[in-house]
Amino acid sequence: MSLSRPEAVAAERSETMPLRRRLRLWPRRRPGWTIILAAICLILIVVVAILAPWLAPHDPLNMSPANRLKPADDTYWLGTDAYGRDLLSRVLYGARVSLTVGIGSALISVVIGLPLGILAGFFRSLDAVIMRVMDGLMAIPSVLLAIAIVSLISANLWTVMAAITIPEIPRIVRLVRSVVLSAREEPYVEAAVALGSSLFTIMWRHLMPNTLAPLIVMSTYICASAILTEAILSFLGAGLGTETPTWGNIMAEGRTYFLIKPSLIFWPGIMLSICILSINLLGDAARDRLDPRLQKRGGAQ
Amino acid sequence: MIHEAIHPARMPDPVLTIEGLRVAPQSTPTKPILKGIDFTIAAGETLCLVGESGSGKSVTSLAVMGLLPKGILKATGGHIDLEGDSLLEASRGRLRDLRASRMSMIFQEPMTALNPLMRVGEQIEEVLIMHQKGLSSKQRQDRVLEMLDQVQLPDIARVYASWPHQLSGGQRQRIMIAMALILEPKLLIADEPTTALDVTTQKQILKLINELQKRHGTSVLFITHDMGVVADIADRVCVMRDGEVVETQPIEDLLRWPKTEYTRQLLTAVPSLRPRTARAVTDREIVLEAIELEKRYGERSAWARWTGKTALQTPAASDINFALTRGRTLGIVGESGSGKSTVARCVMRMIEPTGGGVRVMGKDIASLGHAALKPHRKRIQMIFQDPFRSLNPRLTIATSLVEGPVNYGTPREEALARAAELLALVGLPEDALDRYPHQFSGGQRQRIAIARALAMEPDVLVADEAVSALDVSVQAQVLELLDELQRRLGIAVLFITHDLRVAAQICDEVMVMQKGIVVEYGPAERVLGSPEHAYTRSLMLAAPGRHWDFAGFRPLDRVFEDHPTSTATVYQ
Repeated sequence: MSLSRPEAVAAERSETMPLRRRLRLWPRRRPGWTIILAAICLILIVVVAILAPWLAPHDPLNMSPANRLKPADDTYWLGTDAYGRDLLSRVLYGARVSLTVGIGSALISVVIGLPLGILAGFFRSLDAVIMRVMDGLMAIPSVLLAIAIVSLISANLWTVMAAITIPEIPRIVRLVRSVVLSAREEPYVEAAVALGSSLFTIMWRHLMPNTLAPLIVMSTYICASAILTEAILSFLGAGLGTETPTWGNIMAEGRTYFLIKPSLIFWPGIMLSICILSINLLGDAARDRLDPRLQKRGGAQ
Repeated sequence: MIHEAIHPARMPDPVLTIEGLRVAPQSTPTKPILKGIDFTIAAGETLCLVGESGSGKSVTSLAVMGLLPKGILKATGGHIDLEGDSLLEASRGRLRDLRASRMSMIFQEPMTALNPLMRVGEQIEEVLIMHQKGLSSKQRQDRVLEMLDQVQLPDIARVYASWPHQLSGGQRQRIMIAMALILEPKLLIADEPTTALDVTTQKQILKLINELQKRHGTSVLFITHDMGVVADIADRVCVMRDGEVVETQPIEDLLRWPKTEYTRQLLTAVPSLRPRTARAVTDREIVLEAIELEKRYGERSAWARWTGKTALQTPAASDINFALTRGRTLGIVGESGSGKSTVARCVMRMIEPTGGGVRVMGKDIASLGHAALKPHRKRIQMIFQDPFRSLNPRLTIATSLVEGPVNYGTPREEALARAAELLALVGLPEDALDRYPHQFSGGQRQRIAIARALAMEPDVLVADEAVSALDVSVQAQVLELLDELQRRLGIAVLFITHDLRVAAQICDEVMVMQKGIVVEYGPAERVLGSPEHAYTRSLMLAAPGRHWDFAGFRPLDRVFEDHPTSTATVYQ
């Protein structure tokens, strides 16, 4: 061991430090303004989604044929669509579906992918089986699979979410497996074997925590891509029923009236873009912060 | 070499002068890493920079080369003067010109210092392309071949065209030296260039550096932590500690009459090569036994077995026999690739032996299944080389210490109370229980790892290079601790090491391995005192600083030299 590389210095300094938190999630330096902006946008969207019933000025499903395709005015702030429904209310309600699908897909894929990945990384015999199944899943285009599932079973929130989640699982499994493969070579894992720890303890206590940081990053990307896929499915007419206000549905309906009233596409589109952009930016920030290669050894472990 | 080292009073102009060099982290300029370093190197002189981890040796060399990591470390004061060029004020372009042509550097890790995607000849040639624009490609190639010849590589035409991965560690370090010296720089900085190499290779490389230095009149700034190497090559020595120069003296004076207490400690901590006198055998009970133990890599596949084909297999260790009795220490020594770690891991059942038996307390565990093995795992515990990776960084010390006992049914409270006792036993405060590994130094972590192994109340402790990553003073403390624990608890230790000095100080019996076979096995006093096998002898001869008694501050009166009394050995 040679000395006085910066990390060695950091390690030494940490000896004199008082007890610190284990994982420093809160930044030491102030994050860049883009990150702050992204966080604010995302928080606003989440708040809007939760408070939609109170924020929305009208019932998003209430049709009034007399007020079809109205321009923005005092009653209908963003105007109305082809059935006379309030566009603003529909866009606000649309955030609910998008976020549910996004967060739901990310959670489900982690819950299924994490144990599969750990098993594949730990047992050589299972590795071949699990990874070949995952290779197979990765070969299926996600939108096609979704369309197939939705057309076989009726479209509701759960089937759409399942259709979006299944192709994402292999990404999680691969990530977890690669982390576990390198972590199981660590001497502390061998020490645990020598201490007679059960396989479950080794996997859960010694291997799993290594995967958390990359998993957090990966799930933000999955969340963003799930929101996008849901919008695509709705737009293609393979998603939730057309009466449900989702951003994809609103855009699909607005497509017909694009020349007369482009705002029908513009507003849900801009919400979708901001939402995905913020999630991706936050994911990037999380990656920069949690990436083990950027972390100083011994410092902020 | 020491005798040549004593220079006459005539002092030529220094090649490198460092005055009051201060380096501090950019974020906290008030906590400097170097607190005013002064030293000079004369033409043709070898100055050794010695110190333990964190003393600032490497930072000094990086500051000279102008390679301090940008935005992290910054020189805040002082002077570095290389033959009239002030390096701290030099522009980036000027520094680039100076590097390689006037000063150059070789690094510790020859495995990663070469670009794996370029043939080595081209890599050396690159230096010429950058710095000597006038040469034709034929001239450049001739220059490179001549340099390869100078660093004594065999078959230079083939080496010129080979890729780094085709060369051994020693050969790569020779390439690095060729690259560093091709422009005949005035100053060569060698940052632990032999630490990653085996002793026999180390000896050759040190000899080579010395020869080239004489031929070209190069000054060498040699950074090392190994006092043995220092004793072999240095003209003068500069001892560093915590970013300050403790003392600078000619080598002979330093070894005989160290001025400061710190240097004295540093020298006393160097273990002696002379094996300690064997301890009396108190207990004849065999706790660990290996019988014709064998490990081959490249398993025959089920298909090959079924068709009866023989597949290519690499034996990592074969026909290993030893017996370890209670309270004794058996050392396995050998260079990298000798199979010593393979034996340790087979004994631990970290890897499956392909043949033979391992008996722990008389019970063969070599072929037991996972569940049947569990009660026997308790009997045999391991200490690992790297104290920074052998403790889970996310668990408190208490959690790490009680994990084993809890696995074997001890109630948690009881295990915690025992953990506190164990910490006291290895010399750590009780409040360490609630802390995390990163809050401890390397030596402290190794103590914790020992405590964790002891928590299982094992009969055998396997120590795989357990002190190799530690500084000498810390190393001495850990060895002392192991020795004391052994006396108090009667544990048998299987000690794997490449360091003959450590082996000589801790082992009762020594087993020397080479290329997977045991070449010599016997009491430490005999094997290391009067080795019979040629390989053991070559290891002893390659041990750096073997003519000096560091703790006694005088040369050894009886040095092991290579005039064998008999050429035939028992084990051949």
